[in-house]
Amino acid sequence: MSIDLVSFTPLLSLAGGLAIGVAATVLILFNGRIAGISGILGGLLAWPRNDVAWRTAFLAGLVGAPVVAGLAGQTMALDIQAGWGEILVAGLLVGMGTRYASGCTSGHGVCGISRGAVRSLVATATFMLAGFATVFVQRHLTGG
Amino acid sequence: MIVVSALIAGLLFGVGLMVSGMANPAKILGFLDLWGRWDPSLAFVMIGAIAVGSIGFAIAKRRKTSLLGLPIQLPASSTVTLRLVLGSAAFGVGWGLAGFCPGPALVALGAGYAKAWGFVAAMLAGMVVFEVLERAKPLWRRA
Repeated sequence: MSIDLVSFTPLLSLAGGLAIGVAATVLILFNGRIAGISGILGGLLAWPRNDVAWRTAFLAGLVGAPVVAGLAGQTMALDIQAGWGEILVAGLLVGMGTRYASGCTSGHGVCGISRGAVRSLVATATFMLAGFATVFVQRHLTGG
Repeated sequence: MIVVSALIAGLLFGVGLMVSGMANPAKILGFLDLWGRWDPSLAFVMIGAIAVGSIGFAIAKRRKTSLLGLPIQLPASSTVTLRLVLGSAAFGVGWGLAGFCPGPALVALGAGYAKAWGFVAAMLAGMVVFEVLERAKPLWRRA
């Protein structure tokens, strides 16, 4: 392993992390809900549908963030390396997996670990290991 | 007010993902590539988010209702199930394939990236499959 010092952004990443922590705190202290993206989105697809208003408002804020940033003159350039086939398979796996696991990087990784939940620690360790393994196979075994 | 606080939380969450670089799949894959040129940035995002979040949740745990008078809903389950582990493993494989998890994918969708729209459409389809299978369960039991 070598550290990629060109890409590494410790201060910006820490600052963004603090903002994410504040967002999760606002949602639990004002709305009484966990800021888990897969759960908030999945709840809109569940039947009976519940809490449509706050779920929609939260997701609108999330999707609207780059729009607001764009109006303020801040644009971001994303590098999506995966091909269309990988994108679609990955989306299906992420959608099903996060619903069976009752959470993703936000609900388990941020909120769950913040409240010391054992289930979230196990979930986070599992999806991180699976992520490491997948990238290892793809970049170092199959050479894709 | 419920809608306003949720909107502000969502916006702040999105800005956090953008500032931290986590909306960029290349940066996620840089973190997941332990055996290549490793980018530890994601660990710093987690440290920042958990540092603030642990204070927020410590306060939340002591309260029964939120500042807006709503019940504070924390998950009650503490059992590690096969469903939790297998679901997380499937999620991790998808995360490693594309470099997207749900939050950043929605931010990238807002930024107008076609592949983010494709990813979110597939993710919603996966969530619908889950709902259908969950609803079909009692039918199988009855049969």
